[in-house]
Amino acid sequence: MLIAENILLALNSIMSNKMRAFLTMLGIIIGIGSVISILTVGNSLTLTVENNMQSMGSKDIFVTVNERTDKDGTESIIDGVKYPESEVSRKDMTDSDYITGDMIRDLSDKFKDQIYAINVTKQVGKGEASYASKDTDISVTAVSAGHFLTNAVKIKEGSMFSANDFGNTRNVCLVDDKMVEKLFDGKPENALGKEVEFDIEDAKPTTFTIVGVYEAEENPGMSSMTSMISMLMPGARIYIPLKSGMQLTNSKDQYSNFRVSTNLGADTEQLAKEITNYFKPLYSGNANYEVTAVTFEGMLDSLTSLMDTLTLAVSIIAGIALLVGGIGVMNIMLVSVTERTREIGTRKALGARNSSIRIQFLIEAMVICLIGGIIGLILGLLGGSFLSGLLGYPASPSVGGVVFSLLFSMAIGLGFGYFPANKAAKMNPIDALRYE
Amino acid sequence: MKEIIRLENIVKSFYIGMPNELEILHGINMSVSEGEFVSIVGPSGSGKSTLMNLIGVLDRPTSGNYYLDGIDVEEARDDELSDIRNRKIGFVFQTYNLIAKTNAIKNVELPMLYAGMSKSDRRDRAAELMELVEMSDRAKHLPEELSGGQKQRVAIARAMANDPAIILADEPTGALDSKTGRLVMDLFHKLNEEQGKTIVLITHSEELANETDRILSLKDGDIVNEEIRRVRE
Repeated sequence: MLIAENILLALNSIMSNKMRAFLTMLGIIIGIGSVISILTVGNSLTLTVENNMQSMGSKDIFVTVNERTDKDGTESIIDGVKYPESEVSRKDMTDSDYITGDMIRDLSDKFKDQIYAINVTKQVGKGEASYASKDTDISVTAVSAGHFLTNAVKIKEGSMFSANDFGNTRNVCLVDDKMVEKLFDGKPENALGKEVEFDIEDAKPTTFTIVGVYEAEENPGMSSMTSMISMLMPGARIYIPLKSGMQLTNSKDQYSNFRVSTNLGADTEQLAKEITNYFKPLYSGNANYEVTAVTFEGMLDSLTSLMDTLTLAVSIIAGIALLVGGIGVMNIMLVSVTERTREIGTRKALGARNSSIRIQFLIEAMVICLIGGIIGLILGLLGGSFLSGLLGYPASPSVGGVVFSLLFSMAIGLGFGYFPANKAAKMNPIDALRYE
Repeated sequence: MKEIIRLENIVKSFYIGMPNELEILHGINMSVSEGEFVSIVGPSGSGKSTLMNLIGVLDRPTSGNYYLDGIDVEEARDDELSDIRNRKIGFVFQTYNLIAKTNAIKNVELPMLYAGMSKSDRRDRAAELMELVEMSDRAKHLPEELSGGQKQRVAIARAMANDPAIILADEPTGALDSKTGRLVMDLFHKLNEEQGKTIVLITHSEELANETDRILSLKDGDIVNEEIRRVRE
């Protein structure tokens, strides 16, 4: 009963001092706004990363040749997880440092009941594809048979590589519809069976036969790995069998990394340890390099904790804004109490208990903070969706964050409004009535 | 006649720093019967306001006993004093003291709100009281939109809200011209005669005091004279 009346009273009082109330709210608006926007961005980032990890297979293990940690600690470590570096940065690696195809095959045999597929890819390079006096930019990736088991592509026309294609060094390729658009007037059926000349950096021009056309992924949010590669390598993406790729670049059957997809129900973490152990004796004589196996879950955990750290940092800043905002609310409430001394005296003469006066001013402070919180929330959601839109991730505001921020802003009103409200409640009615 | 107000040896002193203690009231004895219209007169500094604050339980006496409608005020806690003010006393101030930015009828509802009355009851009672003070047509007006006399009539309606035992009016016509002051006094007479309200009027005007049943003259903290002008049945 009194609560509803007091809320109306508070709104009345705020409306009669709009500018003052707004300025008071600013701190709360900024604080809540920044918390909500970072929560929104963080949430959508985490969600997107998680989705990507799932589509890539969170059950995957990334096996990489790394510089020994006990050497001088120059490798990239974030939160204890070693990230695979590109081959380019490993110029000083010698043949004996690489993982050989034989090792991979042996590993595959040894753990065959846990391994679903082994995905070995080699970035062959960027270049141009030409057919009948037309040409287009391409990037070529050589892949093992396991690649398509874990990274499904949608074939629009023709077929996937056959086992034969992987086994022999036949010059066949899968092209995407972007290339079909450029070279075959967008008609996939025209592309099938055609021989296209690939002119790739560091390789002699070679003709490849198109066996299939797949649908290029347009949504950058779908797979972060794909989008990362397509950012680094613009143009049409061409797949060729691993062996053809080795022949094309004249490289040996050796790799700096590969990916293992585990069977459903396999203990991925355990397998990652076993794979690391498998390579230990093989690299025991190597002073510079070792092989480590890391699960995507491990990478995800470190990404999440990175995000958490960022969120914490912004939250601390927002917390300071909220503290300053709260002090502003306290200040304006003290002004309000002083201005309304006679009113307080009158209310007491009319029979208001001290608690009624206290509640009246507490509710006024809470309403100011709540309105500030709601404005901050709206701005934060707008800012969050704008920022996450800028990053190319779909925004998804967190419901918990919304509820929490509103409750928190009311708590600020309660906390910082208490002192002024108590001052009002404790006023001597005679002095208050006499106040000029 | 039932006694509504009974003051026994009321002393009020204010502590104004060592070693002085300023005694304002030196042992007041007085009583007011139900339905009486009493005025308290005296020059400024005579202790009128202090006496009014004590009668209105806005303050406690330093010593002495005060019974209001049979309640020993001395024993009451702060919240109980609030409730006594709320239900037993209707204040009318010289400066009206209407709550700004709150319309006339909401002002009248205020004591009922603190009494915990339901919204519909409040509205009905407030409308009735606005009718009584002939302010129904201005019910939704803000205090700043009302004249002094209109404000005082709203304040009287507000004082009547919880049907109090006494109306305590402190210089109610002090800020009004003689014509509107007359209207306000007529209203008090009407409440006294038609509703049987006990009224204590604090004033420095001999003329207004002469209209009341009994005049108590206060000087330097003592009641120096009592003049009975009309005896009621």
